[in-house]
Amino acid sequence: MIATFLITQLPILLLQGPSGVPGPAAPISPLFRIDRINALIIVLVFSAAVLLYTRWAKQGMKLFVRKIAGLDAVEEAVGRATEMGRPVLFVPGLQELDEIQTIAGISILGRVARITAQYETPLVVPVRYPLVLAASQEVVEQAYREAGKEDSYNKDTVQYVAGEQMAFAATVNGMMMRDRPAANIFMGAFFAEALLLAETGNAAGSIQIAGTAQPEQLPFFIAACDYTLMGEELYAASAYLSHEPLLLGGLKGQDMMKVLIVLAVIIGVVLVAFNVGGTYVSWFQVR
Amino acid sequence: MKRTVPLILAFISGIVMVIAFFCREGSLAENLSQEFLIWSSIIGGFSLLLGCASIVRVQWKHVSQQKSGWGFSVVTLAAVLISGLPGVFAVSWSPLFGRGTGSIYDWIFVYISTPMSGTMFGILAFYIASAAYRAFRARSAEATLLLITASLVMLWRIPMGEAFLGTISSHLVDFVNTYIMLGINLAVQRGIIIGAALGAASMSLRILLGIERTYMGRG
Repeated sequence: MIATFLITQLPILLLQGPSGVPGPAAPISPLFRIDRINALIIVLVFSAAVLLYTRWAKQGMKLFVRKIAGLDAVEEAVGRATEMGRPVLFVPGLQELDEIQTIAGISILGRVARITAQYETPLVVPVRYPLVLAASQEVVEQAYREAGKEDSYNKDTVQYVAGEQMAFAATVNGMMMRDRPAANIFMGAFFAEALLLAETGNAAGSIQIAGTAQPEQLPFFIAACDYTLMGEELYAASAYLSHEPLLLGGLKGQDMMKVLIVLAVIIGVVLVAFNVGGTYVSWFQVR
Repeated sequence: MKRTVPLILAFISGIVMVIAFFCREGSLAENLSQEFLIWSSIIGGFSLLLGCASIVRVQWKHVSQQKSGWGFSVVTLAAVLISGLPGVFAVSWSPLFGRGTGSIYDWIFVYISTPMSGTMFGILAFYIASAAYRAFRARSAEATLLLITASLVMLWRIPMGEAFLGTISSHLVDFVNTYIMLGINLAVQRGIIIGAALGAASMSLRILLGIERTYMGRG
């Protein structure tokens, strides 16, 4: 009931003018950005592809997802930490909670926390923002609860260490050198501190798994970590680790969109090569 | 209830932001999205107390239990007090309070925090050298190719190196720029960016529709 109202009525209400007066007298077109209609079409096509595959997945369609070595290594890394009696260090990036990479990182944290809870391995999660602290604490606590290890949950597993980028890096580097975690997992948005963290972890002899969608930081992680999730692999992690058909459906919809983009690029290249691609290119420009 | 309410809130705030992108200034969606951004700043401000409580609790525990490196915790606690408290006291009490020029907060920021951040950033150069040494060791055909390419790009990036490349062949500088940086490198970067953007959009959609709940500890 609520969902039906939200989907059918909310967009209409939101498109009304500041006066909020509904009816035929309220003009809609002056409020709507016609110049962004191309973006709207792409959003609709993309949403349709994701929803279609999600529906098919729900109906029991078998979906193939290629192996992601970095994610398969998570359990191995926690196992190593358990054997060595050392903690696992997880950093969910250095961005706020409104960054989608941070949310992806927190999703992976939930899975990692479930494994550490099962093995009763200490987990340390330093964060840079208080909102990330609150969300991560909730996720880790829930993971311990689901693993039936509520009593082992320590509220200080997730800790706020510093709000400043380099102060954060210095604190986490100190933790790595003092506590010598057996595994370091970096998942989220990282910047100049990426190499500082990964190299220190390497020097401390930890097994390291990193994932980010920041293309500039990927070479540093590849050089200093044992496994690296590149770009979209970070967002695919929660679906991959959970094996939930609904989430895997979203990944397939995304692949479908990639095929469409590749086709659009090929058509564009051909048209531009024959010097007739002006209008076609303008269809993809968002103002 | 604990599960449904956050999902509804995520859906409403997300859909408002999406609709606002397609609306002109002055529309209800646009105004609402601005309102939501203000709310998020206010919530973020209040959540600082959570962060402060966390840092004090954890560091105090280190000191009281005399864990390894507890001396650093004393410094951290002292830094929280010395930089935090004068910053929140009213400037009318003393010009040393508040966050203006000449205040204790400003002094700590300019003369301690900024140089220390700069030092950390400077250390990065040494870390790059050690990472590059490991990455560029010519252990296989691929690593050797990477070593040659990286050496060419690093030379091309500095004026003296560019001049040196020019002495070998006048086409070498153009080759590095056209084929390596604007060709292979840019194509791979764009591939990663397109994949990441689609991944982010797909995840946002899953969150918006309540399919992705793992970020709430459920799923």
